[in-house]
Amino acid sequence: MLLYALKRLLGAIPTLLLVITLAFLMVHAAPGGPFDDERVLPPETRAALEAAYNLDQPLHRQFLNYLAGVVTGDLGPSYHYRDYSVAELIGNAFPVSLQLGSMAILLAVLAGVAAGTYAALHRNTLLDRIVMGLALTGISIPVFVIAPVLVLLFAVKLQWLPAGWSGNDGAGRLILPVVSLALPQIAYIARLTRASMIDVLSSDFIRTARAQGLGTRAVIRYHALQPAMLPVLSYMGPAIAAILTGSVVVEEIFGIPGLGRFFVNGALNRDYTLVLGIVIFYAALVVLLNLLVDLLYGVIDPRIRRR
Amino acid sequence: MSLLEIDNLSVGYGGQTAVDGVSFAIGAGESVGLVGESGSGKSQTALAVLGLLPATAEVRGSVRFAGEEILGATESALDALRATRIAMVFQDPMQALNPYRSIGSQLGRILAHHGLAAGSAARERVIAMLERVGLPDAQRQYRAYPHELSGGMRQRVMIASALLCEPELLIADEPTTALDVTVQAQILDLLEVLRQDTALLLITHDLGVIAGRCERMVVLDKGRVVEQGATRDVFEAPAHEHTRALLEAARGDRDISLEPPAPETCLDVSGARVEYTVAGRQRLSAVRGVDMDVRAGENVAIVGESGSGKSSFARGLLGLVPLREGRVRFRGAELPRDLDDRPRGQRAALQLVFQDAAASLNPQMRVADLVAEPLGIHRKNLDGDARRARVAAMLEKVGLGIEHLDRYPHELSGGQAQRVAIARALMLEPDVLVCDEAVAALDGTVRERILELLRRQQREGGFTIIFITHDLTVAREISHRVIVMYLGETVEQAATDDLFASPAHPYTKALLRAAPAPDPANPGGKTSVSGETPSPLQPPSGCAFHPRCPHARERCRDEAPQLREVGRSLVRCHFAEEL
Repeated sequence: MLLYALKRLLGAIPTLLLVITLAFLMVHAAPGGPFDDERVLPPETRAALEAAYNLDQPLHRQFLNYLAGVVTGDLGPSYHYRDYSVAELIGNAFPVSLQLGSMAILLAVLAGVAAGTYAALHRNTLLDRIVMGLALTGISIPVFVIAPVLVLLFAVKLQWLPAGWSGNDGAGRLILPVVSLALPQIAYIARLTRASMIDVLSSDFIRTARAQGLGTRAVIRYHALQPAMLPVLSYMGPAIAAILTGSVVVEEIFGIPGLGRFFVNGALNRDYTLVLGIVIFYAALVVLLNLLVDLLYGVIDPRIRRR
Repeated sequence: MSLLEIDNLSVGYGGQTAVDGVSFAIGAGESVGLVGESGSGKSQTALAVLGLLPATAEVRGSVRFAGEEILGATESALDALRATRIAMVFQDPMQALNPYRSIGSQLGRILAHHGLAAGSAARERVIAMLERVGLPDAQRQYRAYPHELSGGMRQRVMIASALLCEPELLIADEPTTALDVTVQAQILDLLEVLRQDTALLLITHDLGVIAGRCERMVVLDKGRVVEQGATRDVFEAPAHEHTRALLEAARGDRDISLEPPAPETCLDVSGARVEYTVAGRQRLSAVRGVDMDVRAGENVAIVGESGSGKSSFARGLLGLVPLREGRVRFRGAELPRDLDDRPRGQRAALQLVFQDAAASLNPQMRVADLVAEPLGIHRKNLDGDARRARVAAMLEKVGLGIEHLDRYPHELSGGQAQRVAIARALMLEPDVLVCDEAVAALDGTVRERILELLRRQQREGGFTIIFITHDLTVAREISHRVIVMYLGETVEQAATDDLFASPAHPYTKALLRAAPAPDPANPGGKTSVSGETPSPLQPPSGCAFHPRCPHARERCRDEAPQLREVGRSLVRCHFAEEL
């Protein structure tokens, strides 16, 4: 198991290298530079700045320098937030995004699995159709529509929850962003769970369990849930990626000082090192979480468990 | 009052009747066999007893257990009954056990759920039960998962789970159908020994299984009870026509006439070796040097249990899996190992019929196109009319009519689908027809008709049949000569009559003893060897059969026996003469 994890980690290096190279080239291919501003700098100042940030060197040198930095965890200085390094900025912003993202995933799995199981047990009844209809709606509406609608409804009209981040303490300010992020995932996971649960419930071993008198509750909890979770687990990789991209939008809408917001601001400010750093950080995160999902697969299914 | 009383039970699905007014009773401790072919309603009857029929089933009549009505009882009332008073063993133990939970956990769960034992007490009781069903090293196997056990061991676990709560009635639905014949005997013996005072309802298509095990029997046909009575009486004097047909099919046709083969060699396989690579790098030798010499018009049956390599051998000689070593000669000419390298004429000369006919036919093609397809590839010069005429003639030969021409495979019964597969194979007038378990999935009465069809076609077409089967009764009905395989090797080769009259290899003897016979006075189905076929990944040293052989001596462990002449047979055993 440990050896397998190590192999997979090593196998991720080429992927990350490719991401770094592509991102680096795209950032440099974009028109404009970090010091293009409304106020035009005198050429000497500009040259001095570029020399200070090593931007006067040929591209391949810059790339190698950057790569060497990445290996040691140094993602370079931020061009916009002059007193901070990119690593520091990520270190400050990531905990906020992490809290948001993990709560959204947790909510998505719990609510999605519960709704899907419920629908599977009442398949082809009115209740099943209602749950699945709602799920289809949830999948179809993008986050940037859901979030403002939720704000309008619960913050502006009903005034149950705060609309923004700053100026509000406590858990209340988390609810709307988390729900906005989770809703499409709840819907998707509910549909996945329903399909796989129906499949599992028709297996022979479920009939055996019923013949043993275990009753619906124990049959579901003890026998059916674990195998029915496998498709949901495979979806976790894409789900995490979706929540990461979703958080870029949600953080902007709710004004949350998370990684997504820094990413957007970084792009607007032509803060290329920051943009590049966050892209690489996201890529590494997705690779790592996918590995985790694959390892969890072995925990759920004993037949593919590795020595 | 009987323990179980089924009175006028009917089960239907949307107007289709599955069970039609079935009535019978089982007394406490009694063993009753419920016999019928597929679609006779035997499994539906069993599910009704446990209240496990799907919600869509329309159920009428009455099923009383210990005086209490089962039909219409609440789920909680049924749950209290299940496992503790009525338990069930299902057919396929791989599917019927949860692959995601260890077996100890699954069994312990039953005890805990019914409040019979929990924690270490439950654990001890489960381990004791696993020991009783003969699971070696039960302490360790308690933590094993179903996929880590062999088929026979899994069915032992299934039986352990059924008997764990000491029920009053045990329902076993085809408990040994998925198992090899030598393992089947072990499992049936185990059921017999362990059930003690528990009444048994044994559901099977195999009359041989009932003959030795059940006091009474009930015969079902198309959802109705056609006959019931003491097993001995029914076997001796079957009153109903359908019972007689079942019995005839089970006994097999002993008076078969096969044309004597021609003197010249048709197919000559020597030193055939088939290997697969599994799990990326491990090499699995499925066939380890098999020779076969078949004369024109001669039928050879290749008999073996799962893991014997019989199907791999067939695939190797057809070129579907290229032989790793050895060669195949057909009418004196050596055939390329890979089917793709064989010229068209050679490919047409060797044809194959699979076990699962319905799956081997393209579901999107009609019967007429399926049967005509080989002509389109190999006989391109034929025009449409000639082709249609040949298809119609061939369908008539295999016993299908014009009305079947436009049907799709899913609209055919198992027997009809196999007839289409045979028609397809015979369309090119092959010299050799390889049948890989071609009748294994069919009901007994259908099986007899298909075998008769093959024999008749052979008399007319004069081809050679290589028949791969696990069933000695079938081998006897179709072959001039039998090759018995075990773990990739020939262990015995003899003329069919000689093999049945005087088997020489201990494994052949075991197979013959283990095969259940439809005769209450001499039911067969005896446990003759222990254990199961070992993994071909690690074949035992010396004689491959020695770990299971009742006569094994030291020499068998150290020295691999050669295939040698003993009497008129070829036998791979050091001590064939003495046994």
